[in-house]
This record gives sequence, structure tokens and C-alpha cells, in this order.
Amino acid sequence: MCLAVPGKVLRIEERDGTRMASVDFGGVVKEVCLEYVPDLRVGEYTIVHVGFALQRLDEESARRTLELFENLGLLEEEFGDPWQAAEAEQRAGGVPQPGDAQREVRL
Amino acid sequence: MKYIEEFQDPELAGKLLEDIHATVTRPWALMEVCGGQTHSIIRHGIDQLLPEEVELIHGPGCPVCVTPLELIDKALEIASRPGVIFCSFGDMLRVPGTGRDLFQVRAEGGDVRVVYSPLDALALARENPDREVVFFGIGFETTAPPNAMAVHLAAREGLRNFSLLVSHVRVPPAIEAIMNAPHCRVRAFLAAGHVCSVMGTEEYPELAERHRVPIVVTGFEPLDILEGVRRAVRQLEAGRATVENAYQRAVVPQGNPAARAMLDEVFTTTDRGWRGIGVIPDSGWRLAPRFEEFDAEHRFSVEGITTQEPAACRSGEVLQGLLKPHECEAFGTDCTPRTPLGATMVSSEGACAAYYLYRRLGGTTTAPLEASTVD
Amino acid sequence: MTSIEAVGPTAGGDPGAPEAPVGDRAAPDPSGWTCPAPLRGHERIVMGHGGGGALSAELVEQVFAPAFGGPALSSLADSAAVEVGGARLAFSTDSFVVRPLFFPGGSIGDLAVNGTVNDLAMSGARPAYLSCGFILEEGVELGTVTRIAEALGAAARTAGVEVATGDTKVVEAGRGDGVYLNTAGIGLIPDGVDIRPQRAAPGDVVIVSGPVGAHGVAVLSRRAGLEFEVGIESDCAALNSLVAAMLAVTDELHVLRDPTRGGVAAALNEIAAAASVGVALRERAVPVPEQVAAACAMLGLDPLYVANEGKLLAFVPRAEADAVLAAMRAHPLGAQAAVIGECVEDHPGMVVARTGLGGTRVVDPPLGEQLPRIC
Repeated sequence: MCLAVPGKVLRIEERDGTRMASVDFGGVVKEVCLEYVPDLRVGEYTIVHVGFALQRLDEESARRTLELFENLGLLEEEFGDPWQAAEAEQRAGGVPQPGDAQREVRL
Repeated sequence: MKYIEEFQDPELAGKLLEDIHATVTRPWALMEVCGGQTHSIIRHGIDQLLPEEVELIHGPGCPVCVTPLELIDKALEIASRPGVIFCSFGDMLRVPGTGRDLFQVRAEGGDVRVVYSPLDALALARENPDREVVFFGIGFETTAPPNAMAVHLAAREGLRNFSLLVSHVRVPPAIEAIMNAPHCRVRAFLAAGHVCSVMGTEEYPELAERHRVPIVVTGFEPLDILEGVRRAVRQLEAGRATVENAYQRAVVPQGNPAARAMLDEVFTTTDRGWRGIGVIPDSGWRLAPRFEEFDAEHRFSVEGITTQEPAACRSGEVLQGLLKPHECEAFGTDCTPRTPLGATMVSSEGACAAYYLYRRLGGTTTAPLEASTVD
Repeated sequence: MTSIEAVGPTAGGDPGAPEAPVGDRAAPDPSGWTCPAPLRGHERIVMGHGGGGALSAELVEQVFAPAFGGPALSSLADSAAVEVGGARLAFSTDSFVVRPLFFPGGSIGDLAVNGTVNDLAMSGARPAYLSCGFILEEGVELGTVTRIAEALGAAARTAGVEVATGDTKVVEAGRGDGVYLNTAGIGLIPDGVDIRPQRAAPGDVVIVSGPVGAHGVAVLSRRAGLEFEVGIESDCAALNSLVAAMLAVTDELHVLRDPTRGGVAAALNEIAAAASVGVALRERAVPVPEQVAAACAMLGLDPLYVANEGKLLAFVPRAEADAVLAAMRAHPLGAQAAVIGECVEDHPGMVVARTGLGGTRVVDPPLGEQLPRIC
């Protein structure tokens, strides 16, 4: 299922009553339907599958994930599990994050 | 490519692997649900880098491979009709039905075309008002919204010459079926990230709790998969069974509300057959009654076509990790990649096909899937 | 373009068929099979028969070779080596049915010259004369034919060959595809040069002359149903001057191959099978332009399988590798030449890649045409 790739929105336009965008995938530009993520803005990244934007790519979350990988092992020795530390940080910040899924669904 | 390359970094992969090696103390069987994840695992050789305690069972998540024989036979019948333009994603063309495939239908004069998006099929319907344009709507929750949009737009524009041959399947019922199978070996799931981009994560906590099985929403690049494995192993070792999201950059808990609303409008759940596994209750979608006129099965009166799956195929057991591919009587004899009996031998990512291929390497390389014990 | 040694026949079938060269002789040979598996035993020609993969090889092996006979044909390399009046000539023919006729970086006219020139050059020959046949469809604009002819003439001058004879036929409207071309060529093989796939030997270094995949992606970007914008042009070029530069530093080139249809994967598999050697590829060493990687990620293709029209693969003894690499890099068409792997005794007939993460994967030969996938 589901070859979907991240791309950057270059232009947005209405065509035949459908919201479309030109999306740049690392130098390859393809027309993409934005009907499912209508509030996407130029410059933002989105996950595209068979010509449809299906979700906004959360750049901040991507950065944080890589940072945690980077610090894996180091942090743990000193501060415990980095994921738990990061989650605790999110909670403290009180800003809703995509990672809230974990809190809501943790049993 | 931004947001792909960073997640293939060998150094970070090493750190994740180190953590997994340090954490694991016992054997665990994990299932990656999605064919895209299986592809990534094989493509990057990830399974060979994991500790031997961690076994990855390749799940039934390739939509091309699980599309039942019966539906492919219906597709072949429709595509053979005069006046029809039959459109499909590229990888569906090679899947054999009973006796032939879509390539052969094309060789026999059928108008079979590869499209990238269902909207391309819709455009063909606009450009060819005197032809019937049929799109083969396969796929999981990720592909269903684009296909639903095509039907929605066709209805809005009054494009009466467009129809969809629907074969949509859903992940949660498959997980349920796998967990309910006797002797189930799966101890944790790597859930399909892009399915969750659409559907969110709300369907999973109940499954995780009831079956006491960790479910980690996982992406597709090597670091994503390693992180999925790492989190699953951590849960298993700690005796936890919760839903975690290891693909936060593309998955939010509520999924994509607009896409889900469209799914509710256009489709209704139905029982679906899975190639090599059989019928799983409520595991698929079909067009809702008000869109029935866009249902290709209905329009071309092919509902009567029924096909039995080959009885010799035990891919259902393989998919659940109950049977090693080479333990099947048909493996390598009646069933080979060139003459597959079931889903797991059809796809190069299928467990049987991967086993078959690695067997040829025969001990010259660290072979996954216990290839050295096959001979 | 296809080598009979490339792909083993389906074993266990016709007892008169030649034996599979490698692999498990008791079971059918899975080489040449990709996801999902196609049907065998076609009664009609399907597109895959022209794809340069296993189906093409089977057509040559089962239909053409038995019908034609003759020793010159039996090597089935890109070009045949024949003796005429004491001179060793390379002789080759190729037909061109590319759509669209014009694509970023070239046209069918450029391909018709460079394709045949390269087939000759891959035996070390110095291409001298070409023939050219035009098959034109009634109604094609004269301007189109003129542009193609001009491109063809210019490409011939660049390659230093002369179009010595030609032919034109016109078919009724609807019975052609605008313009088809066929070219044949002859060239002189210098004394002491013996370059053919069978000479690949363990210890050889595998060199590619530059970044791969540009041609295939440029053409795909203009193909109906897939259109996308990509700032990349076909690498279409005549390689005879590059080969001459390589031969200037050593006679010991074992194998040259231009990885056209089926890309690097097909070419390496053909060589591995022909010489019964293994090829160990270092995936990260293969130069892939960013746009090619991106287009492949988007369409679900593997750059190793994408066509090139201006690249070559060379198998060179280790002792000669530095000199050859330096000579290549000093030539404009080899400026980005790179060592991508080596020839090994292990896994004869198979190409095995070490992935960026340090795992391994089998690079199996393509079956037919490459199709975008969704999973």
C-alpha cells in the first residue's frame, strides 16, 4: 500500500472547481490535488499519494525526530529514555503536538 | 530528496540498531503490515541488520497481491469488452488472473492503460464521452480517498461513462483476523504509516488492549522502520502493549478529516476476500448505494463471476508467520515466482518470493529468513 | 540487445531447451521475475517481449535463434563479430519505436544513431557506416520527419559515422505510430581487442561512466498519463570516442555494456549470467542524479532499472582499473565515472548489492517494462 512521498507546494490554483497545486519532489514537479488538505500553503510540505495530498508534513516534528535519533544513547545514559524526556517536554510546553496520539491512546 | 534522505542516514541507523541490540533479550516476532514497509526492508537489507531475536513477518499489506483472483478475473472480463478503456495503476497489470493478465488482454486488443492517479482516468472519461472508462480501484485506506474523489467528481460532473471496479481493503480487520488465528505468532505490529495519515490512530488502542499487542505507527524510510522496531521491542521487553506513533511528521491522531468524510460519503464497509487468506468480515469498502451506478461490477454485470483460489496455497499461514515458506508442499514445485499460487509468491516482497530468491544466494551472504537452513 | 545467456529458461519444461546456466537446477529459475509475477506461455506478443528483460530473451531463445541458426548469432551480444576478408567486423542492428519522438535532451533520430553506434562500440569496434530505414505513417507532418532526419544527421557527424544507405516505407494512417526507425551499423574491431560479456572474471572492477537513469526519467516525464516536470535531459550520446580513450590505455577491457532498457540491473545480470560470475555492487557508489532519485521515489521505480542511452559499464582487471578510470574521467562523457562494484566468485549468475545501511539485497533481472507502482 501506499507509496507516498513528501513534496513542497510551489503554486496553488483552482481548476474545474478542484483545488490543485504544483508540488516539487526534489526537482520533479507534479500536479497534485489538494482537496483533502485544503489549508496547505505555498512553501509547506505535504505527503502525496497517487496525485493527492493526504497530510501536511510536520517539519518541526521531523526535525525533532532526527534530533532524538542523534542523541540516542547519549541522553539515555544521563537522563533516561529520550522519548520519554521529549514527551515530558511537550507536556510541559502545553502546545498540542502530533505526538499527542501517544498520550491519548496509551493504555 | 528532503525528508527522505535524512531518514536513510547510515550513522543514525547504527544508533537505532545499537539501541535495539541493547534492548532485546528474547525472541520476538513483529509484523510489518504494509507492503511499502516490506519493500523498504528488503531494498535496504534491514532485516539482516536486526538482532537474530527480532523476526519480521511480512504482513498482507500489498494491495496488488491481496486483490482476490475473482476480482482480477472480473477486471479481465471488463477490460476485454469493446468500447472500454480500462485504467489501472501500473503494478496491477502483471498480476495473473485465471489464465491471463491485463497485458494479455491488451495484446488481444483490449484498451488497457496505466495511469498515475485516478484523476487521470477521470480525465480520460471526459475526453472520450463515447467510451466507457473503468478504473481499477485497488488499495488500502491510503488509496481509497483518491479513488473516492474520482467517483465524487464523476457524480458531480454527471460523467456517466466513468466507473470504478472496487477492491478496497482496510487494515484493522486484517490485524484482528491475524490476532484471532489459532497459533498466532505475531507479538507486535508496525502499523502502516500512510494508512494512519488518512485514518489517524483511533482504531488501534482497542485492538492493542484486547489482544495485548503493541502497535507502533511506522513510516517507510529505513530510520522510520528501525524506530518502529525499536519502540515495539521496548514495549515487548517492558511488558507493555500500547499504541505509539513513530511517524509523527505524517500522522496525527485524528488522521485526515476531509478524506475520512469523503470515504464515509462514497463507500460503505463490506466483507472482502484477500488473495491467499480468504474472506475477512467487514475488511473492505464498496460503493455506497447512492453511487451504485458508478460500480463497474454492476454496470458490466460481472457479479456472477466466481473463482476459487488454488487449494494448494497456504500463503495465509505464511502471512501469519505460522508456516515457513519452504514448509509448504507447493513451495518451489507447483508454486514459484513464475507460476505463483498465492499472494506471498506473487510480489517480490512476498515472504515466499523473498525466501525463494535468497535461497539462491545459499550461504554466500548473510541470508535473512533462515535461508541457510532451507537446503 | 538481449543476450541468450542472460536468463535461464524455465527448467523442468522442454527437455530440448538449454540448461539454466546458474542457480537451482531442480527448480524453475526465478531470475527474470519481478513483482508481481507475470504469466508464462503467452500465445501473443505482449509489451514485455520488447522490454529487454526475460521475456525478450525467451523470444530470441525460443523463436529467433532456432529459426536463424548460424554461428555469428550464437553469441547474442549487442553486436555480432564477423570475419569478412580477413577483417574482424562488428555488425549490429536496432529499431526505435520511442514515444514521444522528441524528449528533453534528444529525439528518436539521436537514439537511432547512438543506439547502434554504442552497440558496436561495446565490442571495442570503431563504428564506420550506418544504414537507416524510416517507416512513416501516412499523415505525419513533413516538418517532423525533417527534424528527425536533421537530428539523425547531426548525431552521425558527432559520432564520426556515415549514413551510407537508407530506405523509406509509408504505412496507412493508423497502422504506425508516426515514425519508426531502424539502423544497422558496421565497425572494425582492432587487433588484440576481445570484449564480450563472457570475459567477466572474478577480481574485475566494475566501472560506470557516469550518473545513471537520466534517459529513462526524461522519457517517462513526457509519457501520457505520467507527465511531470523535471529539469533533466536524456543522456543520449555516442560512446565510441570514450571507448577509444579507454582502449588507448589498455587492451585488457573484459566487458563493455551500455545499460539501456532495464538499466544497470539488466546489464549486470546479463554479464553475470553470461560469464557465470557474481557481481557485488556497492549501492551507494552508483551515481544517481537528484532528479532521477526523486522521480524514482515518486513512481516507485529503482534507479538501477532505469534506461540510459549514453552510459557504459566496464569490467576491467583490478590492475588496469586506475588507468582506465583516469582515462574515462579525462573524457567529457566519462567525467563522473565511478567504481561501483566488483566481479566475485560467490553467487555466480547473480547481482548482489550492499545497501547504504550495510545490508544486502539481490538485484534481480527485470522481466519486462518498468511500471510505476503504488505500494
